[in-house]
Amino acid sequence: MRRFPFSAWIWILLGGAYFFIPLIATFLFSIKDNRTGNCCSLGNYGTIIHDPQFWSSFKVSMLIAVATIGLSLTLFVPTIYWVHLKLPRLRPVLAFMALVPFVVPPIILVVGLLKFYKDTLHTPFWYLGNPYWFLTTAYVILAFPYVYFSLDAGFRSIDVHTLTEASLNLGASWRTTLLRVILPNIRIAALSAAFLTLAIVMGEFTIASLSQFNTFPTYIEYINETKGFPAAALTLLSFGITWGAMLSILLLGRKRGGRVQVVGGR
Amino acid sequence: MSGRRRLPLAWLVVVPFFAYAVLYLFLPSGQVMVGAFQNNHGGFTFSNVSAIIHTSYLRSAFEVSIRLSLETAFWGALFGFLLAYAAIREGIPRFIRPMFTTFSGVAANFGGIPLAFAFIATVGTIGIVTRFLQGAPFHFNLYNWTPPLSNQPFSLFSFIGVSITYLYFQIPLMLLVISPAIDGLRREWREASSNLGASSFQFWRYVGMPVLLPSIISAFILLFGNAFAAYATAYALTSGTGLNIVPIVIGNDLTGNVLSNPHEGQALAFGMFAVLAVMMLIYVPLQRRTSRWAR
Repeated sequence: MRRFPFSAWIWILLGGAYFFIPLIATFLFSIKDNRTGNCCSLGNYGTIIHDPQFWSSFKVSMLIAVATIGLSLTLFVPTIYWVHLKLPRLRPVLAFMALVPFVVPPIILVVGLLKFYKDTLHTPFWYLGNPYWFLTTAYVILAFPYVYFSLDAGFRSIDVHTLTEASLNLGASWRTTLLRVILPNIRIAALSAAFLTLAIVMGEFTIASLSQFNTFPTYIEYINETKGFPAAALTLLSFGITWGAMLSILLLGRKRGGRVQVVGGR
Repeated sequence: MSGRRRLPLAWLVVVPFFAYAVLYLFLPSGQVMVGAFQNNHGGFTFSNVSAIIHTSYLRSAFEVSIRLSLETAFWGALFGFLLAYAAIREGIPRFIRPMFTTFSGVAANFGGIPLAFAFIATVGTIGIVTRFLQGAPFHFNLYNWTPPLSNQPFSLFSFIGVSITYLYFQIPLMLLVISPAIDGLRREWREASSNLGASSFQFWRYVGMPVLLPSIISAFILLFGNAFAAYATAYALTSGTGLNIVPIVIGNDLTGNVLSNPHEGQALAFGMFAVLAVMMLIYVPLQRRTSRWAR
């Protein structure tokens, strides 16, 4: 008979406690009354939902997320496709470039972007003063490693050469080949990349806050500093968004044994 | 035309991508590197970078940042490894493993402001756990307690508090990164070594650890970089004034909270870059070694 794995259970229980107690505590905070601090009321959720700033910041971040996803995919899908098809020599170059954001994390990137576009190039205000332009271009860089690894895995799992030749032989143009043959075959990888990007954008605080934009994460920070108990409701909501994005990726990738990936919102 | 080398049309397709990377990644990072060595008139100088060593609050920011990253990477790697290994032991129900991985996927991504708030609600001055310990049976004041290996009383807003908070994303990251490597430890190796008379310690000393060590070190480097670059969590916990870590100092420079040398931010960013680049130089060759065991 096998021994009962006593130490393993101890670690699992300790780990479980460490990870769940903060969530439970946040939940308990979120149902306290904002005036008296007594249990139980859903008023904090109401405060958040009825705050117009919540919706406007949420909208800004969602739009930036959609723009980032769109720009990333139009930029990276053709590139990675082409590298797999014609320029396999470039694959290590792309893999290397996907490591660069590790050495240039958001806090360094924002210093560089502000110095370069404000002080060196004197970029006009429509770029520097507009969250949709400025943050989207920065977030494409932040998302690049995750989008790259996801798409690269997708392209490796299909036969790019055969699909392309078959499609071209049947008279399809390059555009049709890419959009109607290749894209449907890597749609799961592309969707995972999209959800990862969504999670990045909905959590990114460093660049948004230091370049003085109001996005969803900076709104959370503002509520944190000003309204104690509603902040708990907002925290759970933000956790829910991360859950949603990660679960979608898991459900999408289940068929081909997809791996959960890690993005950075720290 | 006899040219075997045609105009490299194939390269045109990848031009937009590389142009984008140059514009939004390489030129801005290059700007940081150049600015770090420029004086106010645009001339070359070492003084910005050497100020990091000679100015006490800048040097201490680097010391605290590196210590915070090393310690949270160490504990994160240790606990993450133990949890990942515990989840696959015999006798542990099968559903534990996917539950852990799923949750880790979320927790590793749950950083920043919301994470800081979750810990404020837990062990902040009026946190649920703090209050609970103060209550009837315990009468224990967490904020009067000096944790082991520490020389000052516990506070969520100090080094120890920030470390405990960072572990909330460090441990799951370790678990995600190391699980595939642990899966690579084949059961046959364990059986073969025990058939040959090896003890459990000998198995780990001569088989398990040598196989896993490159993966563990590269995971450690990822964790280090993860903590080293973190800004939002520390910002929310210390409100930009308490714990002096490098990203916070850079943030203060950028928002103009402190009157300082305009090149200080760039010099600090360059310092961070240098530390992370050294880590990357260890990481890349290790990655090659680990892939040898991956199947």
